[in-house]
Amino acid sequence: MREIVAALLTGFLFGLGLCLSGMTSPAVVQGFLDIAGDWNPALLFVMAAGVAVTFIGYRVLVPKSRPLWASGFSLPTATAIDAPLLSGAAIFGVGWGLAGYCPGPALVSLASGRTSVIIFVVSMLAGMILVRWMRMGGWAKMKGTPAEELP
Amino acid sequence: MHPYIAAAIGGVLIGISAVMLMALSGRIAGISGIIGGLLPPKPVTDRSWRFAFILGLVAAPEILRALTGDNHIGPPTVGTASLILAGLLVGAGTTLGGGCTSGHGICGISRISPRSIAAVATFMVTAVVTLFLVRHVLGG
Repeated sequence: MREIVAALLTGFLFGLGLCLSGMTSPAVVQGFLDIAGDWNPALLFVMAAGVAVTFIGYRVLVPKSRPLWASGFSLPTATAIDAPLLSGAAIFGVGWGLAGYCPGPALVSLASGRTSVIIFVVSMLAGMILVRWMRMGGWAKMKGTPAEELP
Repeated sequence: MHPYIAAAIGGVLIGISAVMLMALSGRIAGISGIIGGLLPPKPVTDRSWRFAFILGLVAAPEILRALTGDNHIGPPTVGTASLILAGLLVGAGTTLGGGCTSGHGICGISRISPRSIAAVATFMVTAVVTLFLVRHVLGG
């Protein structure tokens, strides 16, 4: 139950931060990414402030042994800078530049009820499902070939 | 309020959220990962906190609007075809690359994760190049 309260509260703060920062306006996000146009550095302030608080907070406020309301930490274990990481990041960047939405602001913008935002989010979920499905074997699995045997 | 100050305050709130989620639940505040775990095939078993986080996320602009009269949500800048293509790319890319602007950008950089730093550098470059091509070369 406490984990639900923590998630609800942190989700709310995160959403509030995205709204106040201007990241829920694709025009502001693209204004930052469009370095050859009328450049808007606002996003730099979001990133700098966000990273500064998180960097210090992770070291000062997060208990070393275990989280306050959970039995352990759930941290990423991968360390390799590999092809999926770089190609995935590259693909994400193309989509982000094109529309000015990354996952967080897109979800928050659902609150506006705009059909266009719903279309973006549904497409995003479809892209996520597609990659998850391919990772679990995808076509090969449907044809009966174990994924491990693929090149 | 000056937009840069509002941007910094927004960044601080995002940071506080990320620190709280780590301190209380031991989790990374990565939006693409939080959503991804709910999706097929094989959704994860710890779904409740993910739904709660998303509920909080979507409630934020509503409460902001109730308090200030403005939900701070801007309109899309591109048409439906571009939104569909961009949505697919954002969804597929963040899942393949294991994170987005929040998980890799805010949390990963703060953990000084080489993977996240490489990811952020990569998506920043492709985002800037994409927008440059669309706006200044193709003349979108």
